[in-house]
Amino acid sequence: MHHLEIERLSAAYGKQPVLQDVSLGVDKGEIVSLIGPSGSGKSTLLRVLVGLLPPSAGAVKLDGQSIDYKSRPHVKAARDRFAIVFQQYNLFQNMTALGNVTVAPIKVKGRPTREVEAEARALLAKVGLAEKLNAYPDQLSGGQQQRVAIARALALRPEILLLDEVTSALDPELVGEVLDAIRLLAADGMTMFIVSHEMGFVREVSARVAFMADGRVVEVGPPRQIFDRPEEARTREFVSRILRH
Amino acid sequence: MLARMIEEAPAFFGYYNLIFLFQALLGTFLLSAVGCVVGGLAGFGLAVVRRTEGPRLLPARLIALLFIEAFRRIPFLVTLMLTFFVFQFADIDLPLFWVAVVSVCLIASAFIAEIVRSGLDSVHRNQWDTAAAMNMGYLMMLRLVIVPQAWKVILPPAFSFFILFIKDTALASQIGVMELTYAGKVLNNKGFSAGLVFGSILLLYFALSYPLTRLGAWMEARLASSRDRKT
Repeated sequence: MHHLEIERLSAAYGKQPVLQDVSLGVDKGEIVSLIGPSGSGKSTLLRVLVGLLPPSAGAVKLDGQSIDYKSRPHVKAARDRFAIVFQQYNLFQNMTALGNVTVAPIKVKGRPTREVEAEARALLAKVGLAEKLNAYPDQLSGGQQQRVAIARALALRPEILLLDEVTSALDPELVGEVLDAIRLLAADGMTMFIVSHEMGFVREVSARVAFMADGRVVEVGPPRQIFDRPEEARTREFVSRILRH
Repeated sequence: MLARMIEEAPAFFGYYNLIFLFQALLGTFLLSAVGCVVGGLAGFGLAVVRRTEGPRLLPARLIALLFIEAFRRIPFLVTLMLTFFVFQFADIDLPLFWVAVVSVCLIASAFIAEIVRSGLDSVHRNQWDTAAAMNMGYLMMLRLVIVPQAWKVILPPAFSFFILFIKDTALASQIGVMELTYAGKVLNNKGFSAGLVFGSILLLYFALSYPLTRLGAWMEARLASSRDRKT
């Protein structure tokens, strides 16, 4: 039994199906990555997991327990265990870096302010932003904002961290600093489910890689299989196109 | 004309006229103040109800929508008459002034609700999603994340509405409520020159609405400022 088990999951935007029969598992401490062309449903899958888009069929199980996304308490419980980092960082514009990291642990989880702030400072220092505690998002570069967003997600103490194309909106020279922050988490044994277009990075950190196209998982396997000896024609075509440049 | 105004002035600013003008000013002030405060709060509430999701609150949402769309479209004067006749029909013996207060609140709520709605809508979808993914409830997300970012879109039109609104309370004179415009007409009819009477009325309106403009500017500076940049 996987820690996170996605079973034959389907979802749609209106009548447009975006996920079809997706099955995938993530073990504790494991890093699983999703790759695939734009519009293949990778980000949608993460949105379904955190309850931002209701699934139309299938199941999501955490430790074998199925999450009913129609039930508010279930969604709340699921959101307690996942934390998501978005492509566009989505920092709260009206709060400082420290405010962004501390708001949910204090206001949602009701933890003591002092303890949360100390932890937030440590997290921001870990991602290299000890000097930027009181900066507002519009005073930070994209890479810095994304690192604040990662610290904010970690402050929620998630069991599984979901990263949704976290470097796609960044200038190329800022990608490295964000990937370095994620490498630190990987070294700590954080369970992560990563959507990314950074193939070198995916190959380096992932235990397993899933290739998605048209809302379906085409192939799952260790990075060496997916990147070097893909079994499916679609995977081969995608990987060769990506690695050519 | 000026000579005539100076000549009339001592009589015009006599004790009873001043009391009369003060009462009229109080009428306009109360209508405006109650309208702004109740309208501001109720308008906020209506906008918040309207922005809810899910089937459970659908009836509340529909009522809010109907209320807002109706009272934004009916002319002020018609709302006033309507309120007047509704109270009469229901056999509720409410002083005219309170009839005016009720209609003023109805109208202000509807307009403010629409202004607040556009403010809430101006905050990017991803801020709502992120707050939801962090398990914030609807009201907490509004309080901590959305409304603080919406002020800068809400405040300027809200205060220009309030300024317009002070002037519109003059229509209450149509159902016989004593307020500034009505007082002006009465004094003018008593034979005082129009320049003197309406000049004074003008100054009194200004005295009511100018502090409101200042309050708006102060609130904008406090709630919707672009922050001090240290960089």
